[in-house]
Amino acid sequence: MENTLTQNIITDTTNKLSDEKECLKVNNLNLHYGDKQALFDINLSIPEKRVSAFIGPSGCGKSTLLRCFNRMNDLVDNCHIDGSIELNGENIFAKGVDVANLRQKIGMVFQKPNPFPKSVYENVAYGLRLQGESNRRKMDEVVEKSLKGAALWDEVKDRLHDSALGLSGGQQQRLVIARAIAIEPEVLLLDEPASALDPISTLKIEELIHELKQNYTIVIVTHNMQQAARVSDYTAFLYMGKLIEFDNTNQIFTNPSTKQTEDYITGRYG
Amino acid sequence: MIKKWFKSGDPWIWLNASAVSTSIIIVVGLLLLIAVRGLSHFWPAQVIQAELVNGEQRISLIGEIVETEEVPVQRLLDSGVNIKTNKEFITRTLIKVGNRDKFGSDFRWVIFPDNTSINYPKNLVQIERREWGNFYGYIKNITKNGKRIATQEATWEKLQPLIDETNVLHDKIRYIEKNEIGDINYQLERLRLERRKFELKGITDKNALAEISASEVILHKRYEEYKKSLAVLYKKIATYSVNAEIMDGQSVVIPLSTIVRAYQPNALTFLQKVSIYFSKLSEFIFDDPREANTEGGIFPAIFGTVLMVILMAILVTPCGVIAAIYLREYARQGPLTRMIRIAVNNLAGVPSIVYGIFGLGFFIYFLGSEIDQLFFPEALPTPTFGTPGILWSSLTLAILTVPVVIVATEEGLSRIPKALREGSLALGATKAETLWRIIVPMATPAMMTGMILAIARAAGEVAPLMLVGVVKLAPSLPLDGSAPFLHLDRKFMHLGFHIYDVGFQSPNVEAARPLVYATSFLLVLVIVILNLAAIWIRNNLREKYRNLDS
Repeated sequence: MENTLTQNIITDTTNKLSDEKECLKVNNLNLHYGDKQALFDINLSIPEKRVSAFIGPSGCGKSTLLRCFNRMNDLVDNCHIDGSIELNGENIFAKGVDVANLRQKIGMVFQKPNPFPKSVYENVAYGLRLQGESNRRKMDEVVEKSLKGAALWDEVKDRLHDSALGLSGGQQQRLVIARAIAIEPEVLLLDEPASALDPISTLKIEELIHELKQNYTIVIVTHNMQQAARVSDYTAFLYMGKLIEFDNTNQIFTNPSTKQTEDYITGRYG
Repeated sequence: MIKKWFKSGDPWIWLNASAVSTSIIIVVGLLLLIAVRGLSHFWPAQVIQAELVNGEQRISLIGEIVETEEVPVQRLLDSGVNIKTNKEFITRTLIKVGNRDKFGSDFRWVIFPDNTSINYPKNLVQIERREWGNFYGYIKNITKNGKRIATQEATWEKLQPLIDETNVLHDKIRYIEKNEIGDINYQLERLRLERRKFELKGITDKNALAEISASEVILHKRYEEYKKSLAVLYKKIATYSVNAEIMDGQSVVIPLSTIVRAYQPNALTFLQKVSIYFSKLSEFIFDDPREANTEGGIFPAIFGTVLMVILMAILVTPCGVIAAIYLREYARQGPLTRMIRIAVNNLAGVPSIVYGIFGLGFFIYFLGSEIDQLFFPEALPTPTFGTPGILWSSLTLAILTVPVVIVATEEGLSRIPKALREGSLALGATKAETLWRIIVPMATPAMMTGMILAIARAAGEVAPLMLVGVVKLAPSLPLDGSAPFLHLDRKFMHLGFHIYDVGFQSPNVEAARPLVYATSFLLVLVIVILNLAAIWIRNNLREKYRNLDS
């Protein structure tokens, strides 16, 4: 059964989404943590300016896959990656790629809000300062634009120079998104961005994701299938480090082509 | 019932509470003991006059009662004291009789017979002198250039203003001798070294040499002027003296120039006592020591301790922090780093005297003499840095305390959430940028904690310092008005060593004992103040990163 399934996946998930322009392309990606293999032969192509969601049970490798896109796994000591990921046709694992530069193009938001212990303003300006921007006027503009983009401006405009640690969890998460879009990346990776938030904050984040997809390619990892159904255009189902299915969200949720996906979506396991 | 009580955890709470209170009682008791013993020393005590009738003899005793104790009679008999009593124990009293110039010693053990009469005469005078310790007795008259100018009642009234006058003169003389002439000597020495430098290099630049000679001439001239004015002052200060009588009827002459202060202890009002107390206390804190450190102040020791600790903190903090950052952030975690960590921790357990030996051998004999040969050849054979000094002391203590800073900083670095590092990296920061913009600022409170611990350890350390720079009496402070102002090569005085020296190396141990307590109290105070300052800075920093864990 296992064998036939895998067979099925590989044939089925060449994953060309014909009518979309592709932004990120994953080719035969295998990832090992030491002796343990975490991702098996992933092939996938993420469309530009769409929201793609990764779903799957805990430990299925969806976060690991997400962290490959901006090479966050480089920080893990014994992590070994084979295969390639192409951003606009260029392999991000190639020698000579400047990782800092790559991460400016592919921003990331984490599960728990992680604002720096600085003011709201300095949090948003952090990426710009890294790029050596020192023009105050320009910086003010970008900070305002980013905070507006993250639907946070109205709530914090009077306390831009207060500590960001004083914001609520939901505000902090939107601040982190503002911080990420301040440097105008091409892709935004969201790693369970709403899992630590209350329902209202979650709703705000979801609305925000809708807004953001006008300008950014978004990849979101989520535990919450309803959320995936609500916010994403495409959904990938991962299981045990393998990509089982990647398709239109509607397709996945209404008419999945594999039994495993159906079982997971209908809540039979996971 | 009992079982239930044990189950409730109450015994455990009681055990904890009693452990905590025992510790507090011990600490507070210790502080109180040294504070009371040390600070009460400056309170002007009453001076007694006792008439002892010993058979035919009548003996008069004048002095302060220092302490009384019960001793077994047998012990006194064994040591050759002649007493007739059938009691087993007898009370003996330690009296400070002063007048060391006449009696040879300041203190005397006395056993008062039952019929002793003790009085507190109002006109008894206590004089603190610059040499030979205190005088106790009666003042007869004042002489000016050998002629009597005041007798009887008028004496006392006249004396006080005259003492103030001579003290002003004395301060003037000391200022000229120490600062002005000291400065001239310092400059002359530098000129000599400059000339020697030319000689060594074989330069015979006539102009330069002439310049040096000209400066020397000017300095010598100034020196002569000071010498002249000093002679005048010395003559002036020797004008007055006091004729007085001590307890056994001997008369003594006390030149006014040797008097620090005089008062009639039994006639003082409370307010006068308070003012004398504070004048003595401020003399203790702000003045130089005299009479082999048993009298006067301990200012150079306070200054030396604080300066040495500050230098140490400046040296140790960057080193420790950089080492910790490397160990925690950059070094590959493995057996080697683990071994380095163990070594660092063990370093903290090495006895401090070993560091002293290391400092002497490496810093002074090796590094110091190399520096001398390279940069100060003109001063040789007199060593400049090849001899104990404040730089080597603070360096030695920096090595002693660096493990503390490393451990505390590593602790702080490891406590910074991974999420923040990733957040910064995800925005396109390099590792170094993340380190300097996020991690290091957030770890500063931990670094300060390390520094505080280092200061606490270093300020109390004495043993290694005895090898690498502390002296009993330093002629000048390591920080003064002559360029380059901070003299890192100079030896210095230290409160901890001062305690040891005064308490155990002094010729006049009894007199010095209260000073040991007072100095200990000041040492504790200095450490507390240094720590509080560092803690205050740290708390201000910490305020910035509050709510970090939420």
